[in-house]
Amino acid sequence: MNPAAPPSPPSGVPVTEAELHAYVDSQLTPERAAEVADWLVHRPDEAARVRAWEAHKRGLRMLYDPVLEEPVPPGLQQRARRPAPWFGRPAPAAAAALLLALAAGGGGWALRGAHDAPLLAAAPHANDFPARAAVAHAVYAPEVKRPVEVDGAHEDQLVTWLSKRMGAPMKAPHLQTLGYTLEGGRLLPGERGPVAQFMYRDEAGHRLTLYVSNERPGTASGAATGLATADLRGGGDAHADTAFRFASEGAVNVFWWVDGPFRYAITAPSDRAALTQVSAEVYRQLAAAQP
Amino acid sequence: MHATDDDLSPWVPRLRRYARALANNRDDADDLVQDTLERAWARAGLWRHVADMRAWLFGIMHNLHVDALRRGRLAVVAFDDDAPDAVAPPPQAARAALLDLQAALERLAPEQREVLLLVALEDMAYADVARTLGIPLGTVMSRLSRGRERLRLLLDGAPSMPGAEAGRLKVVK
Repeated sequence: MNPAAPPSPPSGVPVTEAELHAYVDSQLTPERAAEVADWLVHRPDEAARVRAWEAHKRGLRMLYDPVLEEPVPPGLQQRARRPAPWFGRPAPAAAAALLLALAAGGGGWALRGAHDAPLLAAAPHANDFPARAAVAHAVYAPEVKRPVEVDGAHEDQLVTWLSKRMGAPMKAPHLQTLGYTLEGGRLLPGERGPVAQFMYRDEAGHRLTLYVSNERPGTASGAATGLATADLRGGGDAHADTAFRFASEGAVNVFWWVDGPFRYAITAPSDRAALTQVSAEVYRQLAAAQP
Repeated sequence: MHATDDDLSPWVPRLRRYARALANNRDDADDLVQDTLERAWARAGLWRHVADMRAWLFGIMHNLHVDALRRGRLAVVAFDDDAPDAVAPPPQAARAALLDLQAALERLAPEQREVLLLVALEDMAYADVARTLGIPLGTVMSRLSRGRERLRLLLDGAPSMPGAEAGRLKVVK
């Protein structure tokens, strides 16, 4: 590739500025490069410029070539590989896919219109809650630029704002000891009012969301849903006391529990053991914060 | 160099090197690499039409970088200041000169810096630079020329660059 040089010039053809650069960058033909080198011997000013350019080029390599030897951070390693199909899609598509999966699986809440409202009202599933948490996760977790409305650097403002809008004191659990940093949070519409979503991120860039609702849930029902669920305490009314429950949908897992007027869901692509650990820590911190 | 259908890893070190020179701090640079990878995967369907993967990937990074500059996003200060930006510091004597060069590079107009870096770090042919940045070849040459001259003027009077005396030219003054 040698766009700057005239084709095979006879000796004596003027050397252009572009050719001087091409000389520095070894983009001249060997013949022309030799001619330019000869020419430079008699041109001290141009030779000095060329020498400076060459030195700067070497300097830039010395400055930045060490980056090539640095270990690649896990987050970048992970993103260099083809994403899992589910997460690779743009957020709306992923959310739509999840909605479809839930509807097809029998959850039934997602794609029903207003005409079906009586049915929904009559039998709201306990599992609507983790499903909504999973959809909220699916929509916002892949978001690169705006995963949150208020970022974690302004945790005070975030908590104050969410507490005001939720009409109850909110708290953002600190999960650094488990490797998760608070990215921030946002307010979302729930069934009857606002719900809060806190977003966390681990070293590898995986996101974890905490979804908090204090809406009055409808009557609980044990109706089957599309979510594979398991009551870790082996049964019992989910709304009566605190029981960690686990749901799995595609690439994400959801842990949720009820504590007084609050319902909490932790959603992440992590395995069950990791989610259990996070959930236990969140529960511990929130319980400790209660008056 | 080419990446497999499932892995862009072979490109990551070079994308990081270029990003580090553009953003000049580790966090912003790696954010830029991350955004580049994410956009590349989001457009993976186009790959079979991509003849020059390097120009394509560096072109994505260029676009993201320009967007970020427009929004002023790169003006933030890294909170990770403890992390060294270069793993192997050069010898002390050369160091001051390199820091001067780094400072001068930051003072270049972004469009000149990009051309200069693609040529210096990637050894890109000028035509490939034109393709990567989506500009005519003549614009590549004028930006390269202006960028190099500005760098030279900025560094005029600074300690001589490492290796400046070891150039291949023997000039008789």
